[in-house]
Amino acid sequence: MSAAFQHRHAAHCESGTVANLLNHHGLPIGEPMAFGLGGGLSFAYLPFVRIQEMPLIAYRVPPRAIIRGVRKSLGVHFRIERFSSVAAGEARLDALLDQGQVVGLQTSVYWLPYFPEDMRFHFNAHNLVVYGREGDDYLISDPVGEHPVRCHRDDLNRARFAKGMLAPKGTLYFPTGVPGRDIPPKAIRQAIHRVAWSMLAPLPVFGAGGIRGLARSLGKADPAKPDNLRLVGHIVRMQEEIGTGGAGFRFLYAAFLQEAAQPAECPALAEFADRLMDIGDAWRAFALAAARMVKVRDPFDPPALAEHLFALAAAEKGFFTALKAAVS
Amino acid sequence: MDAQDVPQDGNATLGGHRKAVYARGAGGAIVAVESAGWEAEEIVTLQAVDVFDAYAEAARARVVAGLSSPLEYWMYARRMDIATFAQSCGVWRWRIRRHFRPAVFARLSPKLLKRYAAALGIAPETLRTLP
Repeated sequence: MSAAFQHRHAAHCESGTVANLLNHHGLPIGEPMAFGLGGGLSFAYLPFVRIQEMPLIAYRVPPRAIIRGVRKSLGVHFRIERFSSVAAGEARLDALLDQGQVVGLQTSVYWLPYFPEDMRFHFNAHNLVVYGREGDDYLISDPVGEHPVRCHRDDLNRARFAKGMLAPKGTLYFPTGVPGRDIPPKAIRQAIHRVAWSMLAPLPVFGAGGIRGLARSLGKADPAKPDNLRLVGHIVRMQEEIGTGGAGFRFLYAAFLQEAAQPAECPALAEFADRLMDIGDAWRAFALAAARMVKVRDPFDPPALAEHLFALAAAEKGFFTALKAAVS
Repeated sequence: MDAQDVPQDGNATLGGHRKAVYARGAGGAIVAVESAGWEAEEIVTLQAVDVFDAYAEAARARVVAGLSSPLEYWMYARRMDIATFAQSCGVWRWRIRRHFRPAVFARLSPKLLKRYAAALGIAPETLRTLP
């Protein structure tokens, strides 16, 4: 593992970290493939879970699910460690780096000083790679950053041991056994099937049903209440946050489907990729309409936004029904 | 989205950074493209930032008026609500709320003050003041 670590810019932190780690270990895999094999795409609207006063809305699977999915699909072994004390976590990271290991970390976003000020919120499930240390600085390849950065020991410790929801507890991980370079067709099809299945779950909180559930609550929102405009901003922020291109990870998953067509031995996936790009564009149109209302360029009209979401729910339901049939 | 349509709005919220987004390239292949940001995203990010700034400024006014303690200001200045802050420092919410009362805050033990300060990433002396 003495070869220099190669930083590659990614849209999403977890898929980027996993892809870059596996590459370093000789498995040529891009971010979209890692995201797809990890079954990264999802939708969840949990109005009863409040984070910073807002309901939980996610366009992707919960933290660490991508690592788990990739592990399962490729048979790659990851060693995952957590620590009960800062000192133990710091010592272990240093020891691994001194052995030449490249290590993935779970951290808080807020306490990373190299993050742009306005992007620093208390989100505890960020992922990044540490590939070395110099003096009191760690050398960091944060996949959502364009270039590698440095971070002081005290700052990284704080970010690794931030408390609260999804507390990272110093979590670090690295692959220990990377099997062959080929990705089995069956693994790809199963990963797609899993995502399609969850997007079609008959519940008003997950998948297409979750989008409908969100549309219903939004449609009933009182436009006179400022808090509801905050909810609209929150929906878009979750859809957009860090590199999804405004489409809530739909573009990233489309890139995976396109790439998967050949290895999965299912040429139809390329057409599905195009269809999902169109759905992503519709999400962008929704985001734009919503942002104009937040900025009060357009009057706040909850039913109009709800209509957008109902249409998206229907489009995704149709899409994933067909996709599920194609890989079954 | 096609590669040439990837927004390059130069968001202030990205602080000069660019991010990778996936878009359709010339040959139809979906590739990662560098984006300098999208205005829609800037609007909603600033909205979220502004909420905490407004809370912090309201808290500052209360502290100046003697109605609250600097603890409340610093909590919002660190973009935390009371639930997040309670989890970060491991103190019950009602206890934190009680420590927002200036008279109670003035009597806080150095130990608890240190614990609050650590969760907020500031020095204990700073916690007693407003910036």
